[in-house]
Amino acid sequence: MEKFLSFDEIKKSLENRETDCKSIVNYYLNNIKTKAHLNAFVEVYEQSALQKAEEIDQKLALGKAGKLAGMVLGIKDVLCLAGHTVNASSKILEGFESQFTSTAVQRLIDQDAIIIGRLNCDEFGMGSSNENTVHGKVLNDLDNTRVPGGSSGGSAVAVQANLCTVSLGTDTGGSVRQPAAFTGLVGTKPTYSRVSRHGLIAYASSFDTIGVFSRNVKDNARVMETIAGPDDFDSTASRKPVPNYSELLHFGKPVKIAYLKETINSSALQPKIKENTLEVLDRLKKEGHEVDEVNFPLLDYVLPTYYILTTAEASSNLSRFDGVKFGYRTPNAHNLESMYKLTRSEGFGEEVKRRIMLGTFVLSASYYDAYFTKAQKVRRLIKNFTEDLLNKYDYIIMPTTPTTAFKFGEHSNDPVAMYLEDLFTVQASVSGVPAISIPNGKDEKGLPIGLQIMANSFKEADLYAFAEYLSASN
Amino acid sequence: MLSAEIKDKYELVVGLEVHAQLLTQSKMYNSDSTEYGNMPNTNISVITLGHPGTLPKVNKKAVEFAMKMGIACESEINRTNIFARKNYFYPDLPKGYQITQDKGPICKGGKVYITLNGEEKSIAITRIHMEEDAGKSMHLAGEVDTLVDFNRAGVPLIEIVSEPDMRSSEEAYAYLAEIKRLVRYLDICDGNMEEGSLRCDANISVMLKGSDTFGKKVEVKNMNSFRNVARAIEHEFERQIQMIEAGEDIPSETRTFDATTGTTSSMRSKEDLNDYRYFPEPDLSPVLISEEWLQSVRSEMPSLPRELFKRFVNEYGLPDYDAGVLTDSKEIALYFEELCQKTKNYKAASNWMMGPVKSYLNELTLHISDFPISPAQLAELIALIDEGKVNFSVASQKIYPVMIEQNGKTPLQIAEDLNLIQESDEGSIRPIIEQVIAANSAKVEEYRAGKKGLLGMFMGQVMKQSQGKADPKVASKILTELLEN
Repeated sequence: MEKFLSFDEIKKSLENRETDCKSIVNYYLNNIKTKAHLNAFVEVYEQSALQKAEEIDQKLALGKAGKLAGMVLGIKDVLCLAGHTVNASSKILEGFESQFTSTAVQRLIDQDAIIIGRLNCDEFGMGSSNENTVHGKVLNDLDNTRVPGGSSGGSAVAVQANLCTVSLGTDTGGSVRQPAAFTGLVGTKPTYSRVSRHGLIAYASSFDTIGVFSRNVKDNARVMETIAGPDDFDSTASRKPVPNYSELLHFGKPVKIAYLKETINSSALQPKIKENTLEVLDRLKKEGHEVDEVNFPLLDYVLPTYYILTTAEASSNLSRFDGVKFGYRTPNAHNLESMYKLTRSEGFGEEVKRRIMLGTFVLSASYYDAYFTKAQKVRRLIKNFTEDLLNKYDYIIMPTTPTTAFKFGEHSNDPVAMYLEDLFTVQASVSGVPAISIPNGKDEKGLPIGLQIMANSFKEADLYAFAEYLSASN
Repeated sequence: MLSAEIKDKYELVVGLEVHAQLLTQSKMYNSDSTEYGNMPNTNISVITLGHPGTLPKVNKKAVEFAMKMGIACESEINRTNIFARKNYFYPDLPKGYQITQDKGPICKGGKVYITLNGEEKSIAITRIHMEEDAGKSMHLAGEVDTLVDFNRAGVPLIEIVSEPDMRSSEEAYAYLAEIKRLVRYLDICDGNMEEGSLRCDANISVMLKGSDTFGKKVEVKNMNSFRNVARAIEHEFERQIQMIEAGEDIPSETRTFDATTGTTSSMRSKEDLNDYRYFPEPDLSPVLISEEWLQSVRSEMPSLPRELFKRFVNEYGLPDYDAGVLTDSKEIALYFEELCQKTKNYKAASNWMMGPVKSYLNELTLHISDFPISPAQLAELIALIDEGKVNFSVASQKIYPVMIEQNGKTPLQIAEDLNLIQESDEGSIRPIIEQVIAANSAKVEEYRAGKKGLLGMFMGQVMKQSQGKADPKVASKILTELLEN
């Protein structure tokens, strides 16, 4: 029997003494074993999770437990946890153990959430199908021939298959929202800088965010309000105070909503997704909200801008993986230069190498202005457009993805087709604004469809309230 | 060898890039210690080592140190400081990039004044920017592998880049000496080139005199003293002239200086140069310098050597030479400044500093901070001379050594204890002089016959008879009077 499907349910069961943390952990451990074929977990912290559960049960008995007592959490294999291996799904971090804990994870631990294990993902967060991983691909629990999305595929499937209450992923260009759409979950990307990146293995520093997977909006809000906020270890983290999102889910007044003509009319968009998206917009109109179609002439430039800037940053961020200090070092080198070349050639996967090469190219002296500088300018235009629009409208609505979950191998030989999966998610990443994906029905094959909502920077509370409103009426 | 005639056709053009290691307690982008001389790989953390998931954080103190150097060089201080990554692979570079500044350095423009042969010249500064140091590769005897010590990795540096304004190795030497003096006055770097806390690369080219286009420049590295910088420049000057005279092209390259031979040799050509792929550092927010912050740093600025030099010359009437010596180190200059608050006899104060004080410090290789006599005490001693109670030689040879022993007595007390207060009363000096004249009648005859040089001998006798206590001025006056009669 499926249980513990929401944190409210867990809290109630704990309050009524129908269960304890140890039983909850055991329940999930059992599910993880049953669903081992999904390959969501790379490592399960069975002993430490059970031990922690016992400690929290004692705290609960004394009435001294943190506000997330009973929540069981999986973390993406790019988030550091002291004393635990972290690989970013890459051979290059073979055997690497982190000496510190990421701020986001520490804040959850401080509120007595239990970390049950480490979750599979695309290597260094680069991918949209969770096929680029040294740990082997992750299966979508709804249809094992289909991808769960990426890069946080393991984090999505862990919640989808009820292997933990909620999970942390990271979202650089859609890596939480897209897998959330493919697995029928709620997935958020907060405003850039809202959550400290300390302890997040970088892909593209000016885009990386830590996001949350959950079955419902409230659990998502609970985790986000816990992990967000300033951090001494990350000077780019915002100092703005963090509202208690989970207590601000009430939504009452009529709002103004924009949808972008170019997204809804995109030729890449699956018809059923378009239909479901338009239905939501129709319903909102009927419920008294203002819904306007808006032109977004920059849509064609969003993906190129994103790929130029993220690969540029990635090429530099991944330079530290050189075989000198930690992780994998080739056994085949005979001098320093061959040590570098072979370590990196053997240690990184194909997609990561492709992006390092691309990023190195766009930063090279002869092409810098043509690519990097221009992309920075276009990023500014997209950001300004998006923010201006979000000053006029409360929300922008669009499909999360052009398609529902595709089959393994479908885009393996065509990186550009794979990159198109991010078409709708990268706008929020390029602009830095928060976005959420919520389930919006299913296609003809019964595969989940995601609806993406964007709000202006630091309007997470509004975003959650609106998402809750839409989810309730869905 | 190059003939002086040929050499004279050409002009030397030099620009210097100086790296100064900042004296902050912690590193440029994290809180690891910067202490020098610790066991290898003890001043490190996950951040210094560039472990995955770590982020940098700017050291405010280092920014202030850079601001101070900029203020001292009259640079424009950049209010929005963006950092940049310089990407290259090397084992001593933990992250695979150095966090530095590219476009928008903290200080733009400015100048450094040098004085050569009494003439002041200003050398324009292009920029000063902040960055982090790399670790050190070590090749130990008997060890096959190269080992890396990351203690130095991340230590804050400023790089001071000059315009190609220097025209001789002497100017380059003087410029470096001035940079060293400035960073020491500002207390931001110990300025020790031998230990590597100050490092210098030179861009050197030659052109025909009167030409308005510079020749192709060559960069020279690995000079670990001011003298070696000057030697490398001299060598390059001749080498490049010889090449031009031989009709050869001077390749743009980086050369390394060999101190044992005094020559340079090619390290790499500019074509092999790394493409560093600079781009804005996304892990650091821009550091904004507010007017308040700038003002507070400005208010902490010490007096600078040039300012003190001018004051010493203009207000205290000292010769340039004295002012130069006294401002060479900040501590000596500050001691002297304090001394001049307590005495108005500035020239005497200067003589004391450059004579007895310096020789005492040099003899015992002490620092002025270890000098046992306070400026106030030294001023009292000067006053004692000015009042005619003792003369300089008694003061410096008898009283000063006692003061150094710090017995807590004033110079006057010491003089009295030792019965050194000089006689300026004519009545008590005259009999001594009469005695001396009576005892040397032959010499007196010679003197009167025109051998005026004997006056010194008579004075010596008088001082001896009076045990050094006779006021020389009074004694001289009486002596002359009696001899002339």
